[in-house]
Amino acid sequence: MTRGTVVDPALRDDAETVAALRDGDEAVFVALVRSYQSLMLRVARGYVRDSRAAEDVVQETWLAMLDGIHRFEARSSLKTWLFRILVNRSITRAMKDRRQIPFSALAPDDEAGGPTVDPDRFLPADHPRFAGHWAAYPADWSALPHDRLMSRETMAAVKDAIEQLPERQRAVIALRDIGGFSPEEVCAALDLSDGNQRVLLHRARARVRAVLEVVLEVEA
Amino acid sequence: MDGPAEIRCHQIVEIVTDYFEGALDEADRTRFEMHIVVCRGCENYLQQMRVAAATAEDVPAEEPDPQQMAELVDAFRGWKRRTLEER
Repeated sequence: MTRGTVVDPALRDDAETVAALRDGDEAVFVALVRSYQSLMLRVARGYVRDSRAAEDVVQETWLAMLDGIHRFEARSSLKTWLFRILVNRSITRAMKDRRQIPFSALAPDDEAGGPTVDPDRFLPADHPRFAGHWAAYPADWSALPHDRLMSRETMAAVKDAIEQLPERQRAVIALRDIGGFSPEEVCAALDLSDGNQRVLLHRARARVRAVLEVVLEVEA
Repeated sequence: MDGPAEIRCHQIVEIVTDYFEGALDEADRTRFEMHIVVCRGCENYLQQMRVAAATAEDVPAEEPDPQQMAELVDAFRGWKRRTLEER
């Protein structure tokens, strides 16, 4: 088990990686799979809830990458292109399985919505002096022991929280925080505007924070 | 903590990510930072959101399933044969 997404250092240069793949370098292909398979599964499972079907989509994506590698023009990074293929195939598969269009593929349902913090945490609008201020402060987590944050329970709760997010929030937090993608790479991979990307990331992280609050403070 | 330009805590929590991402304009960034300096609750909230991002980063990666890996390597070899023949 490794932390987050660890990309094989041999893959640092896209042009070299693409050239090696075109030449049929199996070691480079295996390094790519090792680096991205886990993240790809995480993203695919957001769209395609059946995990066997999500695995199929990931396998198909690798084959589609190989079939397209001779046409790849480096207008985007290799990983961005890979995840674009993955997400497009995931949406297609989800539509087929559900025999209907997943409305989230069309409507920005997971960007809309109410506040990310329970309004009861704040003083009401008619409060004479401190309307909209915290009723009680969120706790200071800086003193929490590292072991506590990294405990198996904490990690399991965070993993579950991410898995239950709407698909695009899940894809954004997976690529940004687990995969270490830049905002620009996420926008390109998921075909999002800067603003959409930030809203989805905000909602996803706010959800993870809320779950952490329960795990870290209730079980203390 | 007064004046019409003040941002309140319930608004701060919704622009934390915009702040982290450098997406606030200068005036809003200044108001945000002035609020954080005097508000322990929002300072803690900011820290909690940082922890949330960092914890997601620590979610362990799954090792590729050996059977899937074997299938992919087979598929790669098939692809390689086909493309080399085409050349």
